Amino acid sequence: MTDASYPDDLLYHPEHDWARVEDGVATFGITWYAQEALGEVVFFEPPTVGTAVTKDEPYTEVESVKAVSDVIAPLSGEIVEVNSALADKPETINDEPYSEGWLVKVKLSDPDETSSLLDATAYQATLA
Amino acid sequence: MPSTAETALRRTPLYERHAAAGAKIVPFAGWEMPVQYTGIRDEHLAVRRHVGVFDVSHMGEVQTCGPEAPSFLQHVLSNDVRRIPKGGAQYSVLCREDAGILDDLFTYRLADCEFLTVTNAANHERDLAWMQERADGFDVDVVDRAGDFAMLAVQGPAARELVAGLADGPLPPRMHCCEREIAGVAMLVCGTGYTGEDGVELLVDPARATTVWDALMGAGATPCGLGARDTLRLEVCFHLYGNDMDERRNPIEAGLGWCCKEETGFLGAEAVAAARAAGTPEKLAAFVIEGPGIARQGNPIKGGGVVTSGTFSPCLERGIGMGYVPSEGAAPGTQIEIDVRGTVRPAVIERKPLYPTKGP
Repeated sequence: MTDASYPDDLLYHPEHDWARVEDGVATFGITWYAQEALGEVVFFEPPTVGTAVTKDEPYTEVESVKAVSDVIAPLSGEIVEVNSALADKPETINDEPYSEGWLVKVKLSDPDETSSLLDATAYQATLA
Repeated sequence: MPSTAETALRRTPLYERHAAAGAKIVPFAGWEMPVQYTGIRDEHLAVRRHVGVFDVSHMGEVQTCGPEAPSFLQHVLSNDVRRIPKGGAQYSVLCREDAGILDDLFTYRLADCEFLTVTNAANHERDLAWMQERADGFDVDVVDRAGDFAMLAVQGPAARELVAGLADGPLPPRMHCCEREIAGVAMLVCGTGYTGEDGVELLVDPARATTVWDALMGAGATPCGLGARDTLRLEVCFHLYGNDMDERRNPIEAGLGWCCKEETGFLGAEAVAAARAAGTPEKLAAFVIEGPGIARQGNPIKGGGVVTSGTFSPCLERGIGMGYVPSEGAAPGTQIEIDVRGTVRPAVIERKPLYPTKGP
């Protein structure tokens, strides 16, 4: 497992998700804290492209050996791309949670929702 | 007496060792226990390939001694206690009169009229009360010894060799026990385990437990948590009380008829015999998920039945589990469908164990 990290260029949801917003499309993933709490991810079945996601609602699941966890959408929109490479290598979510371990890309329906998310400093304060 | 109030979580004598090693610690059956150190998969594979050590000090012990100890245990335990030789071990269940399972237990015969029975942590107080209440009329003492032992399970193909290197004499064979010094500490060494691998379980004075733990670590054993203990036991289809059986299930439907010897007349024998003769509507079966997905405890099985244990198998690299299914559909090779949180996952019932180990 990697050491704890929370990149400054991401937005964070208190349910331990991150979003990287570029030109109205956001990449979603889970934070270092989330993957550490979950343990080794052994199964991830990406959701379907075209599915609508709603901020603060679960949109997919990740599974460790021991448990299954809902993943909460940090923002609302429609899934336009999924990380299908994770089906064969779900442990990438542990190894590289902010890069190769991304989960989905979402075309945002309400870009103003980003104002309610946390920056890296504020998110880390919730973990203390 | 059964505890009625919520009490503070208890710590084993090895708690500081677990914390220092960076273990993830969770509440389990009233105890703060390590669920994993580096990761469940690594710990699981360490036990399958080399040797792992589990702190299972949460488990309870009941000592039964006195001239009528053998006949008393024959009365409450399902197996034929007379067949346990001195220095032997035996698996059995504790049943109600209606055959509902109260616990599953290992009993060690320390002397002709002295036995030590290991209980599941969550059931210990109930087991003790059950046994003490039924000891009237027998010349026997039933004594709570749960506070007198820490318990370490050393498991894996290299476990015996590793422990033997720290011992003052030969280790007991499989399903036997003996007094021994390990790392200079006197203890009861038992040739038993819950992983399907060869190995020993060590019952030791709690005040000396860290000495033994440190020696095992120094000799190269991998510390393992309850997470790997669960995946290991499920691969070989060992029952977990509270998941795979409880007082609403009888030993026949749970697949534990092999440890019930009704001719001994144990408590519940008549009900067990009736279930054996008539058959049961459901049976506990082991399954493997055929594609992606992991079934979990409580997932419904289509056509009737429910998953009682489900996990990801690190050795088979797929979802596995056990569950109750209608008896007519419990044969190996039967296709089933499991509703995993709204997604139907095809699975096939397989012979137990799901993962055949080389030993013991």
